[in-house]
Amino acid sequence: MKFYRIQALLIRHLYLFKRSFPRIMDIVYWPVMDILVWGFLSLYIEKLNITGFNAITVLLGAVVFWDFLNQSQKSVSIAFLEEVWEKNLLNIFVTPLRLSEFLGATVLVGVVRIFLVGIVLTSLSYVFYHFNLFAFGLYLIPFILNLFLFGWSLGIFTNAIILRFGTSAQILAFGFIILIQPFSAVFYPVSALPEWLQVVAHLLPSTYVFEGMRVVIATGSMPTSLMLSAFLANVVYLVLTLWFFARMFAYVKREGKLLKLEG
Amino acid sequence: MTSVIEVENLVKSFGTVRPVRSHEGTQGVSASNGVRAVDGLYFAVEEGTITGLLGPNGAGKTTTIQMLLDLITPTSGTIRIFGKEYKTAREAILQGLNFSSPYVSLPGNLTVYENLLTFGRLYGVKNLRKKIDELVDFFEIRDFLKKMTYNLSTGQLTRLNLTKALLNDPKLLLLDEPTASLDPDIADRTRQLLMRIKKERGVTILYTSHNMEEVEEICDKVIFIQHGKFKDEGVPAELVKKYGHEDLNDVFLTIARQHDTNPLMGTNDTNNVQP
Repeated sequence: MKFYRIQALLIRHLYLFKRSFPRIMDIVYWPVMDILVWGFLSLYIEKLNITGFNAITVLLGAVVFWDFLNQSQKSVSIAFLEEVWEKNLLNIFVTPLRLSEFLGATVLVGVVRIFLVGIVLTSLSYVFYHFNLFAFGLYLIPFILNLFLFGWSLGIFTNAIILRFGTSAQILAFGFIILIQPFSAVFYPVSALPEWLQVVAHLLPSTYVFEGMRVVIATGSMPTSLMLSAFLANVVYLVLTLWFFARMFAYVKREGKLLKLEG
Repeated sequence: MTSVIEVENLVKSFGTVRPVRSHEGTQGVSASNGVRAVDGLYFAVEEGTITGLLGPNGAGKTTTIQMLLDLITPTSGTIRIFGKEYKTAREAILQGLNFSSPYVSLPGNLTVYENLLTFGRLYGVKNLRKKIDELVDFFEIRDFLKKMTYNLSTGQLTRLNLTKALLNDPKLLLLDEPTASLDPDIADRTRQLLMRIKKERGVTILYTSHNMEEVEEICDKVIFIQHGKFKDEGVPAELVKKYGHEDLNDVFLTIARQHDTNPLMGTNDTNNVQP
């Protein structure tokens, strides 16, 4: 793997941000809306004085975490779609660029995007609601990293589907993540789900992350088993989605669909 | 002379294509929701030449070019570029070649200079800015370096594509109809540039075009294909003589209109056209 080729694609995406206000808005807009809506709801619930339920930390923490996952998936998918929309896949794949380097670049673009979103989310949460995500020490960081990993897997998976079925499937880049939300126990514990859905929930790394986040916020201690479960599930998902993407890429090359995808 | 490209028994089928034997015992192919776009093609391109890959629409030229670029995986057969095969030396092959087509534009939402920087970096070009500077003068595109690529005219885009195509000092250039949709003036300038590239840089060029006058002007050799099969090859002037015509256009028409069964029907076919 050659880093200069990954860097080339990363810089190519940064050129787009430099002059595109809508792209910057896309990064900022949704997280700001989420923080405002869920923040005010949290404030309202806080006033109801429900014993043992700290609405601001639980709900707002969940929203911030959810946005990390959401942006992580979306950024990988959009970095891929930018190449499709600009009909640039042919240009870049007649260079020595490897598939792994291409995926590495989309993930790096995602890291930059998440970094920006992270700044927006943590700043707004603190300014509006005095919610400091980092007040819980470093324990939340492994869980955040697990969300990034899962977001990349989901992004690579949706990209593979778009590769296979063409741009008619591009809506998945924006909507697929919503399918995950009800089963990830984002705003409620897994135990709130029906038993059979709890089985589904435990197949998702995000479930362990959100459960873990609530434990950290409530007790201030690190639930190691939840963190490790999330990580192991992430490794499995990442390996499977990379394999799936490679299979779909081989398929479009075999069927001559790489250019038709763009058309 | 060394062959830069060697293609042997290259086949590309899309969908389901089965071999059949007709009642006369001859081999053919039957397509069930499928098509055999390239059918046992073989040819070689010698170093330092401009070779025209010619044939009517649907002959399999674009599919062949895309297989040469590793954008489409062949069903069977062998492609050797610089004596190497993609399955073992993909990076080395692609580092040494480049591609340009008016049908494939660079990202419109980047400036001309940003596009050149991006592709130069992808090829790991040393002293990239100096290299761009040199090529910008060669192709006379300095005036619009800061322009957004979507604002360029067709002629400017062609020159930009060719500039990009020379960034990595390729030994082999694959050009798909580089003068299509250009006015006669710009088309002529492009041809002159291609001849300069060959002469000054020793680049081997494989070239597709439907303009036979242009092909006669710049190609050292041409290869005719039809229905994905090799039909004939040679120096343009010699082929004109061989077929007893006045120009390459008539040779093209003879080959394109030669009674030749559709390979999908699975009936008689001859591989070589008789003059």
